Amino acid sequence: MRTRLVVVGNGMAGMACVEAILKYAPCFDITVFGDETHVNYNRVMLSSVLAGEKAADDIVINPLEWYQQRNIQLHVGVRVVDVDPVAKTVTGNDGRVTPYDTLLLATGSSAWMPRIEGLDKDGVLVFRTLDDTRELIRRSGPATKAVVIGGGLLGLEAARGLQVQGCDVTVVHLMPTLMERQLDPDGGHYLMGKMEELGIHVLLGRTTVAVLGNGHVEGVALSDDSCLEADLVVVAAGIRPNVELAHKAGVAVNRGVLVNDYMETSSPDVFAVGECVEHRGVCYGLLAPLFEQGKVLAATITGNKGPTYTGTVQAAKLKIMGVDVFSAGDWSEQHAEPVRYEDRALGIYKKLTLRDGKLAGAILVGDISDSHRYMEWLRTGVDLTDQRRHLLFPPPAADVGLDVAEMADGATVCGCVGVTKGAIISAIHDQGVNTLSQLKEATRASTGCGSCTNLCQDLLRAVAPEFEEEVKKVMCGCLPFAEDRLRDILKSQRLKSVQEVLEIYGNGQGCEVCKPALSYMLDMLWCGDHDEDRSARFINDRVHANIQKDGTFSVIPRIRGGVTTPDELRRIADVADKYHVPMVKITGSQRIDLLGVRKEDLPKVWADLDMPSGQAYTKGVRMVKTCVGTDFCRFGTQDSTAIGIELERRFEQLFTPHKVKMAAVGCPRNCAEATVKDIGLVGQEGGWQVVVGGAAGKSVRKADLLTTVETSEAALEASELFFQYYRESANYLERTYDFVERLGIEKVRKETVYAPDAVRQGLRDRFSRSKARAVDPWLEGREPKHPTQFIPIQSLEKVRA
Amino acid sequence: MNGHHWVRVTPCDSIPLREGRVVTLGGRDIAIFNLGDRFMATDNQCPHEGGPLCDGIVAGDSVVCPLHAWKFKLETGAVERPASKHECLVTYPTRIEDGIVVLGLPEISTP
Repeated sequence: MRTRLVVVGNGMAGMACVEAILKYAPCFDITVFGDETHVNYNRVMLSSVLAGEKAADDIVINPLEWYQQRNIQLHVGVRVVDVDPVAKTVTGNDGRVTPYDTLLLATGSSAWMPRIEGLDKDGVLVFRTLDDTRELIRRSGPATKAVVIGGGLLGLEAARGLQVQGCDVTVVHLMPTLMERQLDPDGGHYLMGKMEELGIHVLLGRTTVAVLGNGHVEGVALSDDSCLEADLVVVAAGIRPNVELAHKAGVAVNRGVLVNDYMETSSPDVFAVGECVEHRGVCYGLLAPLFEQGKVLAATITGNKGPTYTGTVQAAKLKIMGVDVFSAGDWSEQHAEPVRYEDRALGIYKKLTLRDGKLAGAILVGDISDSHRYMEWLRTGVDLTDQRRHLLFPPPAADVGLDVAEMADGATVCGCVGVTKGAIISAIHDQGVNTLSQLKEATRASTGCGSCTNLCQDLLRAVAPEFEEEVKKVMCGCLPFAEDRLRDILKSQRLKSVQEVLEIYGNGQGCEVCKPALSYMLDMLWCGDHDEDRSARFINDRVHANIQKDGTFSVIPRIRGGVTTPDELRRIADVADKYHVPMVKITGSQRIDLLGVRKEDLPKVWADLDMPSGQAYTKGVRMVKTCVGTDFCRFGTQDSTAIGIELERRFEQLFTPHKVKMAAVGCPRNCAEATVKDIGLVGQEGGWQVVVGGAAGKSVRKADLLTTVETSEAALEASELFFQYYRESANYLERTYDFVERLGIEKVRKETVYAPDAVRQGLRDRFSRSKARAVDPWLEGREPKHPTQFIPIQSLEKVRA
Repeated sequence: MNGHHWVRVTPCDSIPLREGRVVTLGGRDIAIFNLGDRFMATDNQCPHEGGPLCDGIVAGDSVVCPLHAWKFKLETGAVERPASKHECLVTYPTRIEDGIVVLGLPEISTP
């Protein structure tokens, strides 16, 4: 029988260690106990779950199959409550007794609860586990007042997450500096500014003395005799290693389970790894040490004793989007030379400390792009004398591959998992790795905090023969994010106004490129329920008409499907006369354009027309062009005018990434040119072809067939799916023909007409929600958004010419 | 104020935040912009092809002409884009008195 290894703790440290053990020749029958009811997940990412950036499923590290494939007995939801070191058994809280030959304690740590009166009240929570996170999400919402006790890494991430969930959040911190274990007072000050910019209140130098309320939390009392209202209190005051079982197992314990450099405890049968251990006087609460310890322990426990663990350079990164904070090593200025840089307007603070020409510590707030360079300097202890002039700002690289080429093979790329450049290169060569996701799969690099993703990409670019770069164009200089990333940010951070986005993630100013793009994204993402800011819109969308070269406007009323009436035509003619419209033009879209209308006349023109806006001025739904269909045409096989009018009615008044022009034709003769439209319906015997991505403008492109359907309703539905998918997935100012070409029609089909029910339902729901809020913009002629929306200012005081 | 004839133009709230509006004073079309903490005024006509700058998007303390995206610094009237152009807009000093935007026109020389 093989040696029985019982692992207590199904968290990151325990499973990383088991993974390392499995790399050696098999010598154990492994049983794992976890008191949580989940498989092993990435605890570091819980703040991303709380902030809505990731789903619980996204952070799973080892799914159930992983355990099964490795013949690991997994008991989840069982807490080991006792150890008998003589009989060599552990006892679970389900009463089960399990014998072991070797015991591995990976019990982690728990939230440390300070002595505060009333912590037993309902509504006092901690933030350590997935269940905690779910409970926090359940209890948060708009109008919920939350107090976070503790302004460390975890407390701040919890605060931001709760705020994103809608809570009004106050952080109460005992010390005069936020994250004082990672930041000096100046760095803390910069961080505080950023937290407050996000709308999180911070109270420093104050202790919470009591949680108030009758059974349920109603508030907290502070040491300065003030009180805060609260519905929710989150205690994030620190962590404490879980050592009770180690005590029972009879091993030496101080603050944590004492281990030597071989990761041995005082007992030959008991090992410990992760946050529950104390090594050379240090208990670690971060990710990188777990992996390093796990590797050493794996060698020792499998009889390959040799490698030693000598400690880890402490490094921490705050995971709040838009608040970049990094700290590593010993940044105290005692016996060290500090090197600093700060820019208050940009909110950037950097400090390095040097001892004997080597980097001792680093603090970065507001710009952490160089954090990897500093980590490497800290790990290698390289002499920096030659580089003294380039410590804070590296000289521009001579070529892009240089940075990675200069790295030694032994240099660590992923500090969390401990993957070297050499390991990545051999994965690329030996396992045919070509993409980032393959690299993650093969080496687990960049699966921890993710801060080495760019470096991994650089390595792939330099080494992998078939690396295909994902070209991600950033929005503009004001807002340095690719658009899909930006959509994620707006959504997960629940941002609803353009200015808010620019202030938190951009330069605070914006420009004519990003402002209209953000206006569109916010309108689309929140289905019209956003804070509309007309100053961020192009003039056409402020006055709902198309500006002409002389500053006048063109007015095109909606004529659905190109079908009008004598009454409408008479009104159009009357308006043209009354307002001396210089040109009346039949457009290529089967509509009538009144050109040369003065801005101040627009509301009157609209009122006299008494027709809805044709929205010929905006990035939105333009029109549906139709042929005469079956009513009069000898060849028509489908009623194209009726379906065209209905299509226009369904989609009109919605904004899109770029203009959307449509057409419906009753037979393949294609008289209304449906095959060169963004969406075209082509009637044929027995049904419709729905075609998308056509163009007859700057470029000419025949539309791709999305699907063939039998009924008009099915044609409309397919169009709707594509339409909403385009709205959600295309970049701003990307026409459907570029969009479809970029993605390929197969992918478009897969994500629309062939998508699972739930996906299609989601597209339809969001479409309906947007549509329900959409209104005819010309109604603003009667009720302007602003008194001077259409009229020039009349000076209070006159001035003679 | 030396060299300026100050004119009370309009209540601050008649120009929305980060937007511009045109006013005609002494035969000149002048665009006034509300930048939140201050108001800025320039000639309304873009020197390129005459576009109405009051209808432009305000980008920080610059404005972008709605016709061909020429960009001007509101403070100085200097062209920011295209970089090759050196035309300059006339700018006018402004101040706020009792919630009214007051604009300084060049002193009219009496013949």
